[in-house]
Amino acid sequence: MNLEDLRFSPGTYLAPAVDWLNTNLHPLFRGISTVVEAVLSGIEAALVLLPPYGVILIVLVLVYFAVNIRVALVAGVALAFCYLSGLWVASMQTLALVTVAVAISVLIAFPLGILASRYRKVEQAIRPVLDVMQTVPPWVYLIPAVMIFSLGRVPAIIATIVYGVPPMLRLTTLAFNQVPKDLLELGRATGASPRSILFKIEIPSATPTLTVGLNQCILLSLAMVVLAGLVGAGGLGAEVTRGLTRMEMGLGLRAGLAIVAVAILLDGVSRGALQGRSSKVVRNA
Amino acid sequence: MNTVTDPSNEILVDCKSVWKIFGSRAPAAVKAISERGLSKKQVLDEFNCVVGVADASLQVRRGEIFCVMGLSGSGKSTLIRLLNRLIEPSMGGIVVKGRDIAKLNAAQLRDMRARHIGMVFQSVALLPHRTVLENAAFGLEVRGVGKEERHQTARAALDKVGLTDWTSRYPSELSGGMQQRVGLARALAADPEIILMDEPFSALDPLIRRQLQDEFRQLTKSLGKSAVFITHDLEEAIRIGDRIVIMKDGVIVQVGTAEDIVTNPADDYVSDFVAGISRIHLVKAHTVMRPVAEYSAAHPHVDVGSLLRASPEADIGNLIDLTMQSDRDAIAVVDNDAIVGVVTTRGLLRSVAGHPASQATAA
Repeated sequence: MNLEDLRFSPGTYLAPAVDWLNTNLHPLFRGISTVVEAVLSGIEAALVLLPPYGVILIVLVLVYFAVNIRVALVAGVALAFCYLSGLWVASMQTLALVTVAVAISVLIAFPLGILASRYRKVEQAIRPVLDVMQTVPPWVYLIPAVMIFSLGRVPAIIATIVYGVPPMLRLTTLAFNQVPKDLLELGRATGASPRSILFKIEIPSATPTLTVGLNQCILLSLAMVVLAGLVGAGGLGAEVTRGLTRMEMGLGLRAGLAIVAVAILLDGVSRGALQGRSSKVVRNA
Repeated sequence: MNTVTDPSNEILVDCKSVWKIFGSRAPAAVKAISERGLSKKQVLDEFNCVVGVADASLQVRRGEIFCVMGLSGSGKSTLIRLLNRLIEPSMGGIVVKGRDIAKLNAAQLRDMRARHIGMVFQSVALLPHRTVLENAAFGLEVRGVGKEERHQTARAALDKVGLTDWTSRYPSELSGGMQQRVGLARALAADPEIILMDEPFSALDPLIRRQLQDEFRQLTKSLGKSAVFITHDLEEAIRIGDRIVIMKDGVIVQVGTAEDIVTNPADDYVSDFVAGISRIHLVKAHTVMRPVAEYSAAHPHVDVGSLLRASPEADIGNLIDLTMQSDRDAIAVVDNDAIVGVVTTRGLLRSVAGHPASQATAA
């Protein structure tokens, strides 16, 4: 027997599988594409519709009322930087892409994370999948995604979701496992329904760790969205790619810093919004 | 500290030979115990199961404070959790307010816990992101009581525990003793007949603990609540409890009033515990006294009628005070104008030292 025959090449199985999916489930993928495109375009259009200073002003006011003045200022400065570096439209595209990707990641990861914290078997089943999702280099996801959804923003978002789900899921499980047992016992002894225990005890107690999870999800998604510039997702990723291919140091640097600005904006706002209540507790203490 | 004073004397919690066995093979162990009467050690060897509570029977009456005393691992925490079915019993029945709680469905059980059985925890278990008022109102909130009403009730409960001015603070701003008051107010706000207290004061410093013990007893009595109070501290049990249960290794060793337990320990384990307890305010004249005839035989020249007098309910402290007021060596115990016995100085000293009263006049 020839040792060469033993060589493992999953591609030989995967490629036909993707082909099969493409031929048989085309309408489904088409549907997903249309919905994602529509949502993305909607958010993007809304962000670009107003003049940049208008958007900055609205964000300032909203964040001031939702969180506090400090976070509002940080958000304002981050957006102003995106505008001043001449990458406003690209920044808004990236913002829309990340927001949608993170929203979908959380929708998938949060309930699964809770299930994994409740049932050991679910956790055991999910864990190896998460390990694989996190160790495979992210651009590898892009290949099947592009094969199914062709170039553009949809494969970028799919790959981003695959990358963003694991940290959120893991930290959701951790957060729920860390809810103090005595508080759960209090809930049961008080006669609270499972629903009340979830919303009034578990989620509030889990919030700090959940915030870290969301934060990781946002930052990893942002990194992935930039990478997705390679497959024509547009936004800041496209600018970075352009800077790289043309060896334009200035453009690459500006785009890179704009990405940092978007990251700071998303991080500050999400953290502030989630911790609004608990930070009040700390302030009073 | 007499429980029989309550006219209804209604039994609120009736625990009928309840067992709790922990372990994956618990059902088989239960079967073996009921069929073959295995000991705890045999259960551990044969089924690798731990017996948490073995054959516990007890009754809590309305208005009574019932203390369960035991060291860690004695099964007292398991026992209290069986009473509101936070832990399912392996065998035996628990009847609360005439209803077998094993037969309640999930919604009925929640209702029972919400309305009839409050619980206070050693760890207090306050929700850190809620104010004191919101914490105290938690039980009512999950029961679906409107905001206005539940805050009003919670405020009244906080008034009772002396936290009127702290309602808008967060738990982290309160001392340990105050946090535990919030825990008590939370249980009281739901106005249950029965309050389960799971070592509520164990983590507090001695002065605060003593203060809370007195307040708790007074509050419970004035509101007419029944309480099952878990503690590892016999002095606390004596201070608070109308009746005391002593547990060891999951078994109830003795049930009785503080005086019963101190003067009449069921076994060596209980006597070891009781050894360090001051009898001065526990032991009463009717326990220490000896028959008049016995005294007269030993002291033929003394007229019993001329001795200072005390009631049968006078404790050793009162008797000592009386003895010091006279130069006589004995006090007559008088019930309904009849002399029912005599307490000698020697007998007093013996009972303070913890010797049985029966030999008091022998020497």
